[in-house]
Amino acid sequence: MTDRPGFATHDVTAIVNGTERRARVIPRLLLADLLREEWGLTGTHLGCEHGACGACTVLVDGEPTRSCLVFAVQVDGCRVDTVEGLAGDGPGLHPLQEAFRARHALQCGFCTPGILMTLTAYLRLHPAPSETEIREALSGNLCRCTGYQHIVQAALDAAAAGREAGASA
Amino acid sequence: MRPAPFDYFAPRTVEEALDLLARHGEDAKLLAGGQSLVPMMNMRLVRPAVIVDLNRVAALGAVREEAGGLRLGALVRQHALERDGRIANAAPLLADAAPLIGHLQTRARGTIGGSLAHADPAAELPACMIALDAVFHLRNARGRRACRAQDFIRGLLATALEPDELLAEIEVPGPPAPRTGHGFAEVARRHGDFALVGACAVLGLDAAGVCRHARLVIFGAGDGPHLARATAALLGERPAAARLAEVGRAAAGELDARADLHATSEYRRRVAAGLAARALDHAAERAEAA
Repeated sequence: MTDRPGFATHDVTAIVNGTERRARVIPRLLLADLLREEWGLTGTHLGCEHGACGACTVLVDGEPTRSCLVFAVQVDGCRVDTVEGLAGDGPGLHPLQEAFRARHALQCGFCTPGILMTLTAYLRLHPAPSETEIREALSGNLCRCTGYQHIVQAALDAAAAGREAGASA
Repeated sequence: MRPAPFDYFAPRTVEEALDLLARHGEDAKLLAGGQSLVPMMNMRLVRPAVIVDLNRVAALGAVREEAGGLRLGALVRQHALERDGRIANAAPLLADAAPLIGHLQTRARGTIGGSLAHADPAAELPACMIALDAVFHLRNARGRRACRAQDFIRGLLATALEPDELLAEIEVPGPPAPRTGHGFAEVARRHGDFALVGACAVLGLDAAGVCRHARLVIFGAGDGPHLARATAALLGERPAAARLAEVGRAAAGELDARADLHATSEYRRRVAAGLAARALDHAAERAEAA
């Protein structure tokens, strides 16, 4: 603890990828920095650091959220999901990741975690999206390599696979 | 880019939030969704000494139906405009505009009150609220007051809010006429970008199809949303397409359109005329079908 303005610490407890984690943070620490620097979850990438590129998108209580625009102290008591938790404990990939690999939907991969998290939230609510809807859903995620074509294809494949899995379950 | 240090408070009630504002005044900034404030903090365009985080004030997050209209808590997330059937039912203009407000991630976090209090001239929500003739309920530790949307927005990022005041609730009135329709149109470079220009309209017809209520707002063109005066010409008339186009042109002529990197003022005025006519047209069509 300190009396210096802005440096008093706050305790944060969050369920991160299903596991409880704790930290003591100063108010200005961004969620992205807590994830990467304190908790070692470097799968969340920081691109623009002002909410334009979408690379740092994670899920906070299930909603896609730019972790460069949320302070760590704000997620106290929340559920946070990052790309590291997407595949679960199993050895394989998440179906969305599988589709990205099959369709070559990434080149440098910097934007990929943010796109995967955005699509995870989107497909949960919209299991049968059109191509246009996928493009709109991804309007907040910049990719400077692929031209988006393969990303959109992968998202459509993953949606179809999800519907099949749902139908046979 | 990281924000300058600040002290952080997370009140649980409106009263606690107002006490904090009274205590810290101009040093304090209210944090709602943070989709405009936090980028400005990251870039150090603003460096508030105190942040009062409203996200744990549950009372500010309610949606209520009332007398044909709506009461929206300032902390209602923007994605509720797309998802909440009560909003789509009572104020379909808001539901139409919603998908164009930023992106999936910013709508999930961004709030209705936050967008209004930020007052970006290209933002959709302030314009829609003026077109709907919404009333904003403001509070400070000493009391409360009501303010019409058109009086609340004062210009470029400027509102009627005093430093110790909080926008608590937005009252969206029910349809102003038995047959009411709305229209919304905007032009942006990419989906989700701030509009270069946009227009929204609400028209109300009586049983005979005569126009009794007409509001048109053009946004993105100047320092703030512009409530057109030209729509007065429609009152007492049956709206015809040619007449609506004429009113759209006249409304665009009222603009003090700005020029910037993205568009000249002449371009903004020309596009505004077209979008205004389109918004009025959609509104008339819907009102006639109602």
